[in-house]
Amino acid sequence: MIWDALTLQLGYNATLVTIGAALLGMAAGATGTFLFLGKRALVSDAISHATLPGVALAFVVMVALGGDGRALPGLLVGSALSAAVGLLCVSALTNRTRLSEDAAIGAVLSVFFGFGIVLLTVIQSMNSGRQAGLESFLLGSTAGMLWQDAMVIASGGAIVLLLVAAFRRPMTMVAFDRVFAASLAMNVPRVELAMMGLALAITVVGLKVVGLILIVALLIIPAVAARFWTDRVGHVVISAGLIGAVSGYAGAAVSATAPALPTGPIIVLVAFALFILSLLTAPNRGVFAVVLRHRRFRARVHVRQGLLALAQGQPIYEGLTLRLMRRRGLIRADGVATELGRTQAGKALRDERRWQLLRSDPAYEEAAASYDGLTPLDDVLTPDQLGALDRELQPKGVF
Amino acid sequence: MGEEFVVLSLAPMLIGVFAAVACAIPGNFLLLRRQALIGDAISHVVLPGIVVAFLVTGVVAAWPMMLGAGGASLVAVGLIEAIRRLGGIEPGAAMGVVFTAMFAGGVLLLEQSDTSSVHLDVEHALYGNLESLIWLDAQGWASLADIGALRGLPPELPRMALTLVLVTGLTWVFWRPLKLSTFDEAFARTVGLPVSLIGLGLVVVAAIAAVAAFDAVGSIIVIAMFICPPAAARMVTNGLEAQVAWSIGFAVLSAVLGYVLAGYGPLWLGFDDAVSAAGMIATVSGAILGLAAAFGPCRHRSGVSASAP
Repeated sequence: MIWDALTLQLGYNATLVTIGAALLGMAAGATGTFLFLGKRALVSDAISHATLPGVALAFVVMVALGGDGRALPGLLVGSALSAAVGLLCVSALTNRTRLSEDAAIGAVLSVFFGFGIVLLTVIQSMNSGRQAGLESFLLGSTAGMLWQDAMVIASGGAIVLLLVAAFRRPMTMVAFDRVFAASLAMNVPRVELAMMGLALAITVVGLKVVGLILIVALLIIPAVAARFWTDRVGHVVISAGLIGAVSGYAGAAVSATAPALPTGPIIVLVAFALFILSLLTAPNRGVFAVVLRHRRFRARVHVRQGLLALAQGQPIYEGLTLRLMRRRGLIRADGVATELGRTQAGKALRDERRWQLLRSDPAYEEAAASYDGLTPLDDVLTPDQLGALDRELQPKGVF
Repeated sequence: MGEEFVVLSLAPMLIGVFAAVACAIPGNFLLLRRQALIGDAISHVVLPGIVVAFLVTGVVAAWPMMLGAGGASLVAVGLIEAIRRLGGIEPGAAMGVVFTAMFAGGVLLLEQSDTSSVHLDVEHALYGNLESLIWLDAQGWASLADIGALRGLPPELPRMALTLVLVTGLTWVFWRPLKLSTFDEAFARTVGLPVSLIGLGLVVVAAIAAVAAFDAVGSIIVIAMFICPPAAARMVTNGLEAQVAWSIGFAVLSAVLGYVLAGYGPLWLGFDDAVSAAGMIATVSGAILGLAAAFGPCRHRSGVSASAP
């Protein structure tokens, strides 16, 4: 069943939703990267909650004009307008008052959402509003999605993706260093406006599928997960887009297999699973990689100290050092050095003496800066330099 | 203001006021510590907490649910901290990852489990049902002196009052350390205060207030009351004592005015049905914040003149 869903064998409607969700996820992941890199991920939370009054007002206006209150394009326009007002409120509160941005975000999201709830209860008391089903915008609903709705979502996602590709350079610069961007005569407020505008567009487009409470997850989670895999902005954007697309695709497909699997939450949970996977297993920045690196480093330090102690005939008491050296065959069980251990201990001591000499000689100042007590000097100097150094190490007057 | 008021409006209005004040007091400190969105995160993760509590106990009862919600908020705070440290991720994004994922999990659990027989749904979790907490046993103002009638009060009222007393008491007892560690963490650490413990304690108190208030009024009021009254008070005064006092005033005003406007406003305008009280209380608190942001005497950052952008 799940395989059928993943290969788009579950019928027309499910296929539509799955492809739409994948495009949406891709666009959201790419857009969210810039918010995350600019440390403004939670602004999207304010945007998404601020759409609710717009949805409700658009419904009221469309009904008052005699149309169908549930027409998706109208609702989306309404939600975009009210989200834009919310965004302006956040920036006004942040720039013109002493409030910090997080307080402004919290204030805007709670007040707009509260006002939206008031409007929803008004709609429920209207005659035409009884079956409005506007609550589906809270958590998203793909059950009754029409071809036109899917087209709105797919084309919206595609347009946002194109705009992200077009604006990636200025947005990257502003996300990392506003002051530098401003010094290049870049219009920073306008770039930020574009960034927020794209986030807003994604939010609005995703309302129907994921719902306004969970759409922030699609903007935040793929970007955070992608950040683990690479240090280059372009790669983060692409990986975030991919993670978003996989989440959207798999989430929508899985949710199509059973009635009690709501689309939005499943998409978010798939994204979260990918995030956990990245957090743990990513090379270099992942938790496993960090732990492994830490353990290797610790082992190097202990073995080096143990070898130096062997070379100088000092006893070793430290438990971890003894274990590590035994495992490497450097000492026997009773703590006496093996053949290998004696050789390596001699090498370590010679290396340490070379380093000492090198660090006391101003001529080698540059090389001395790379001293960390672990790197063998052979990795730093050329054989010629080593030879010169060794000649100085010879006790004078013996020959 | 007669018998009908006592039966229909007195209890919900008091619950609203208690909830608003209980959230606004810790909100002041969260705001000053730039942790304002903790309230947002907590109120989202309450949903999986109560769903799990329901699945474990099989009943919709107040105490298991509050325990579940409290547990979930502690799990969330721990997860946020773990992700922040393990992954080196900025706190805002870590928060965004955790609360959306946990909320999604809550919704999924709710859809998967059979809750058709009980009153437990996402809408209820979001905006509560303040209007339904009526005092059926009341006969009028005289019932306030009648033990039998008082027993019939909605249980949310004493629970919320107890929470308010707890929050106020803890804030009062720990006022000085709280104030010190909020304004000058380095100094507080120098004089030997357990700064991180105080920080955690504040979040726990906030979680208690949020969970208790959530049970009665839904999470939207909780977020609004954590942020809006303290933020408005912040623009009125520069003293912490005065700020807390103003924020309590704003919280009470939002709750009373919001409830009245929701219950009676539509009737005055000629409509039949009342609108959501929780939503209206949040809206009123936003209006107060808007007024404070426009006219508050201390609305600008210190050192920034009124004409600067």
